[in-house]
Amino acid sequence: MATEYKLRMGDGKRIFMTKEQIIADLKAGMADAADLGEIPDLSEDELDKLVDIITIPSRMVGVEQGMEVPVTHDIGTIRIDGDQGNSGVGIPSSRLVGAMMHERAFGADTMELGHIDYSYKPVKPVISQEQQTMEVCQQNMIVPLLYGAMPNMGLYYTPDGPFENPGDLMKAFKIKEAQESMEHSAEHLTRDTVWIMQKLMSSGADGVNFDTIGAAGDGDMYASLHAIEALRKQFPDIYIEAGMAGELLLGLHGEMEYDGTVLAGLWPHQQAPLAAKAGANIFGPVCNTNTSKSSAWNLGRAVTFIKAAVKASPIPCHVNMGMGVGSIPMFETPTIDAVSRASKAMVEVAGVDGI
Amino acid sequence: MGMPISHIMTSGMSGIRAAGDLVARMQFSKNMRIGEAKDFVAKKLDLTTDDLSDEYVMRELREELGIGVITSVAGAPKGIAAKMNIEKLLGIDINCCDKFRGQTK
Repeated sequence: MATEYKLRMGDGKRIFMTKEQIIADLKAGMADAADLGEIPDLSEDELDKLVDIITIPSRMVGVEQGMEVPVTHDIGTIRIDGDQGNSGVGIPSSRLVGAMMHERAFGADTMELGHIDYSYKPVKPVISQEQQTMEVCQQNMIVPLLYGAMPNMGLYYTPDGPFENPGDLMKAFKIKEAQESMEHSAEHLTRDTVWIMQKLMSSGADGVNFDTIGAAGDGDMYASLHAIEALRKQFPDIYIEAGMAGELLLGLHGEMEYDGTVLAGLWPHQQAPLAAKAGANIFGPVCNTNTSKSSAWNLGRAVTFIKAAVKASPIPCHVNMGMGVGSIPMFETPTIDAVSRASKAMVEVAGVDGI
Repeated sequence: MGMPISHIMTSGMSGIRAAGDLVARMQFSKNMRIGEAKDFVAKKLDLTTDDLSDEYVMRELREELGIGVITSVAGAPKGIAAKMNIEKLLGIDINCCDKFRGQTK
């Protein structure tokens, strides 16, 4: 009887696969990425390395000594004191305590301060509170401390915002009106994000993390890239991390461009140069996890996509590896065996500059 | 919580336990790729790049340089004071240190 290895499905459930099945799934995942992104396959050596990583019997694996990379964080301190909606563990504590716990107890290389609603727009009414918290955190922290939130352009549409919901308009075949609503929303999102970061930079922030760019489609990325450009111009030394929401930038508008490139339909290796052009220091590429496929399929696919992005990017790439991306299971408490294998594969095979 | 800690344990540079914060600062402040950032910091510290993730090497060195350590050493530079020493070590400006200097003029 062939030896079976313990793996995971994309939803985290335990499965058992033979080496031949693992290789077949790795190749199928790789082929899917290569086909969609029109990017190169992994080499035979790289596939062998992924098989080795997956079949190590240890529960947890680690990168080879000397290959360690810095880790940046989305959600930041909210994972300590936040509720389940932010994957928080609900420990009553201040955000300063959360940030210091990450630095001094967990060995975090960087940290992020974020608002409990974790989008830029709701930060506006409480900006003074955020500035005060940033000042106190910067007085006590040593690692780079960014301010992070989601661009989340959906908050600018009715019923949450001032502009008519493009989804409702499109259902009524008002395509032009829907596009105009997205254009107006993008202008406001850029303006709000820049204003918020002007305030936080005056309070000593190291920089900003745009977390989940493109979640509301191409308008979301258009607004974020213009905000990055404006912030870089005003603050030449600001640290800017541009992290994506998904692997494919959805073309909800369809005709928005940045630097002469149509944003709709861009894959990670095509997104990275635009983030660099706008003025980001670090790009966060994404590959979505398919919950109906094995961790071998997801790893083959994710490493293929991210390796191409790392190669195409003029700036460092910190791959997004939270729940449901980067071959991490789409599960609230991702299993350590799956997380550590995906993490090691991204460093040793995809060649990422950080996570 | 398990996911970020798993990444830190699997791939991370251990922050101020070692030299992860210094390498991250060079990636952010100069757009350095991982190899270049490690080479830069290692040269500044007169170490090998492998040493940058080695707590045994970095623990005493960090205290000696006054750039912050993981344990609470009485009287040692912490927070902005440690970051001011990091500015000098790496030859970079850190925003909150600039603000602090501006307030004490």
